[in-house]
Amino acid sequence: MNARGNGEGSVWADAVLAGLLVSIDPAGLGGVALRARVGPVRERWLATWRARLARDVPVRPVPLHVPDGRLLGGLDLTTTLRAGRPVAERGILSEANGGYIVLAMAERLTGAVVARVTAALDCGEVVIQRDGLALRLPAAFGVIALDEGAEPDERPPGGLLDRLAFHVDLEGVSVGDLGATNEDPIEITMVRARLKDVRIDDNVLEALTATAMTLGIASLRAVSLAARAATALAALNGRARADEHDAATAARLVFAARATRLPAPPLEDEPNDEHPEESEFDSAGDDPEDESRDTDRPLEDIVLAAAQAAIPVALLAQLGRRDGATGQSRAGGRAGAMQKARRRGRPAGTLRGEPRGGARLDLVETLRSAAPWQGLRRREAGRETVFARIDVRPEDFRVTRFKQRAQTTTIFVVDASGSSALNRLAEAKGAVELLLAECYVRRDQVALIAFRGPGAELLLPPTRSLVRAKRSLAALPGGGGTPLAAGIDAAVALADLVRRRGDTPTVLVFTDGRANVARGGKPGRADAESDALGAARQLRLAGLSAVLLDTSPRPHPEAERLAREMGARYMPLPRADAATLSVAIRTSVGE
Amino acid sequence: MTRAAPFPFSAIVGQDEMKLALLIAAVDQSVGGVLVFGDRGTGKSTAVRALAALLPPMRAVVGCPYGCDPERTAGLCDACRDGKPRSAMVPVPVIDLPLGATEDRVVGALDLERALTQGVKAFEPGLLARAHRGFLYIDEANLLEDHLVDLLLDVAASGENVVEREGLSVRHPARFVLIGSGNPEEGELRPQLLDRFGLSLEVKTPDDLKLRVEVVRRRDAYERDPAAFCSKWKNEEAKVRRRLVAARERLAAIEVPDSALERAAELCIRLGTDGLRGELTLMRAARALAALDGDAAVGDAHLKRVAPPALRHRLRRNPLDDAGSTMRVERAIADLFGA
Repeated sequence: MNARGNGEGSVWADAVLAGLLVSIDPAGLGGVALRARVGPVRERWLATWRARLARDVPVRPVPLHVPDGRLLGGLDLTTTLRAGRPVAERGILSEANGGYIVLAMAERLTGAVVARVTAALDCGEVVIQRDGLALRLPAAFGVIALDEGAEPDERPPGGLLDRLAFHVDLEGVSVGDLGATNEDPIEITMVRARLKDVRIDDNVLEALTATAMTLGIASLRAVSLAARAATALAALNGRARADEHDAATAARLVFAARATRLPAPPLEDEPNDEHPEESEFDSAGDDPEDESRDTDRPLEDIVLAAAQAAIPVALLAQLGRRDGATGQSRAGGRAGAMQKARRRGRPAGTLRGEPRGGARLDLVETLRSAAPWQGLRRREAGRETVFARIDVRPEDFRVTRFKQRAQTTTIFVVDASGSSALNRLAEAKGAVELLLAECYVRRDQVALIAFRGPGAELLLPPTRSLVRAKRSLAALPGGGGTPLAAGIDAAVALADLVRRRGDTPTVLVFTDGRANVARGGKPGRADAESDALGAARQLRLAGLSAVLLDTSPRPHPEAERLAREMGARYMPLPRADAATLSVAIRTSVGE
Repeated sequence: MTRAAPFPFSAIVGQDEMKLALLIAAVDQSVGGVLVFGDRGTGKSTAVRALAALLPPMRAVVGCPYGCDPERTAGLCDACRDGKPRSAMVPVPVIDLPLGATEDRVVGALDLERALTQGVKAFEPGLLARAHRGFLYIDEANLLEDHLVDLLLDVAASGENVVEREGLSVRHPARFVLIGSGNPEEGELRPQLLDRFGLSLEVKTPDDLKLRVEVVRRRDAYERDPAAFCSKWKNEEAKVRRRLVAARERLAAIEVPDSALERAAELCIRLGTDGLRGELTLMRAARALAALDGDAAVGDAHLKRVAPPALRHRLRRNPLDDAGSTMRVERAIADLFGA
């Protein structure tokens, strides 16, 4: 079968089929994650999908930064004040009951929004406990998640993807592949009526389960979704039982994008598994690189402790407090944090202001400030407004102020080259682990970039999961040249991404500062060093707060110069022996 | 609005440790909550919702917003303390704490309707009040906002909800079993909140093909026709319910010999768990298990089974030591009790 073109089994035909199946059984199949840039291909897909829907089916777009009040529902302020009693306002999720929500820029959705959507997906209703309201509203809907991620790591959150049957990738499809639209008049209502009578046999279920296992798909939801897809396919084809053809197609549509490994002999159920791309459904245990690293384990343990003695415990805390002493503007990094603090966190009193832009109205304070004026206002207005028991005016509005620590993402940039000789790498790893532990306590996010040989690699996109951070750190091999510029460039790019999300990035660079691979992977010390300094300057210009930890045996002028160019704090990691170490640990634990 | 009956507890395939922990928490509330962490799609939420349907009804004062127990005079709220209250059998509350809940709904706040329509300052109880004597369930507990976590920590420790806001000054009993679930990939849990849970579990998707097929098959049958599926499992459910009720009745009579206490203490010392919480939870969980199993006294077998969930989250651990805790508990058990 060919991936291009528009024949049966092509990417495009499968994408359209996925959309069709979702419109047959939206609640059962969860929906479609559609990875495509904005453009005619995506528009065409959406148009094709929508053309099948009945006119009265609700399709509600969900903006990226949707406030809880809008998403879940809450108190309808205007009506409440007019009516003089609490009036609930439905949120997007319950408005979409019986229809669909369309998540724009799903790759940038926050875990919080996703958790609310998935909770509704799981129960088919929204539970509201907000603003003095307690409601349960039906919310059975399908999800169309529009994923515009450019990098492989920019994907919608795993919790959402797990619940959507189809992960469609239209990146490689061009307009020319689409061909003429072939709109068979399919009676969706008829198919839906047939759906509930379609049976699926045990052997088909078994085949699907086995296929999922062979492909290394851990989540059982994938199997359930494939079974539902097979059922919907059978209904579509007018069959009373889902047969092996349906199962094969369902497996292709549901499993291919989720596969984490390829079976040794190709399976009949899986004719189109050409995207065995790595995904986060990777089951926890299989990490082949772990074994090979075992040789220097004991050393790492020792050095971990060594680093503990050498690193000031409050290093990260100092970073957070870093002021503008070096004369750089850091306003950009703070903006996101401030905006967030308007809506979330610990309540810290109220402010006079409009309940706009996500600010939460403090109704009680509002009423309280309105109360003293009631008599006066009534007299002013005359007798005709007597039916309004409380006369609240815009100037009475009070909004809750929230205090929240800015969320920090710490980007670890680790020099894994040969020049940081093996034990120095182990020491750097030890230091990283310690700082990771501190990030854990502060509930910060961490990301890990390593550079060696020809270039830099993002080992771990920003995450709060220590388990993953530790795993990718342990698997980090050493050796090769020192492409310092590439490492710093990667850090700047990632920091920019973090900032656009509204978080505050902090960069920690572990290196001995001796670059010998220039940008583009060319060897040569002179070019490499000037490139590294250039990259360092860019980091400073970006206004990032950074620390350079010198991993060379003795503090080194090159590393110090690099730190200066970065506008970073410079810290040598001195060598320590076991004796001084244990003393130092005891004193630090004793406090 | 009628909701579909939840997936039956007894129909959950595998996940024996999770089911056992939930039953233990239901037998003896003082065990103190269950935390279920694990992969996606392992039926964490399903199990909790199923437990709600399994619990036998309890006697409560009619009209009391906190569902006071008429027989426990010491734990009554202010309204129930005066006079002879009427009581009735009501279902045990299993309250969802949804993400996005606002603080006023959690702790209770000024009754807006009455404030707006009558200008009366009245307290409207929140989720904590409704969860009294029952269960409070937080799905994705690791995504809960920090200020709500603080609130929960306080109330879970004291068993009382103190509301001082909006000119109201109210305190009412709020003793509930906290049940949390989450996915460790999406973030860690605050250590303080972790400590409030009596039992902690790690659930995994079964990797046996037969079990996996069975999970999918039952799920399919349930989704097709919830009512028919539930009635098919009615007898099994009743069996579990009887076991639960019998265990509750037996609980007070279960003997805890000194040898078992010593064993528990020794295990905790070996593992270096902080404080007495671990020992206490271990003992209570073992007692509840003995009651469930119909045994007269706590023995080694009970301790061995409940030690991993009771202790694995209490080890003074390096937060980076990911796989270690369960292993360490198991090793200590093997050392102490013999293989």
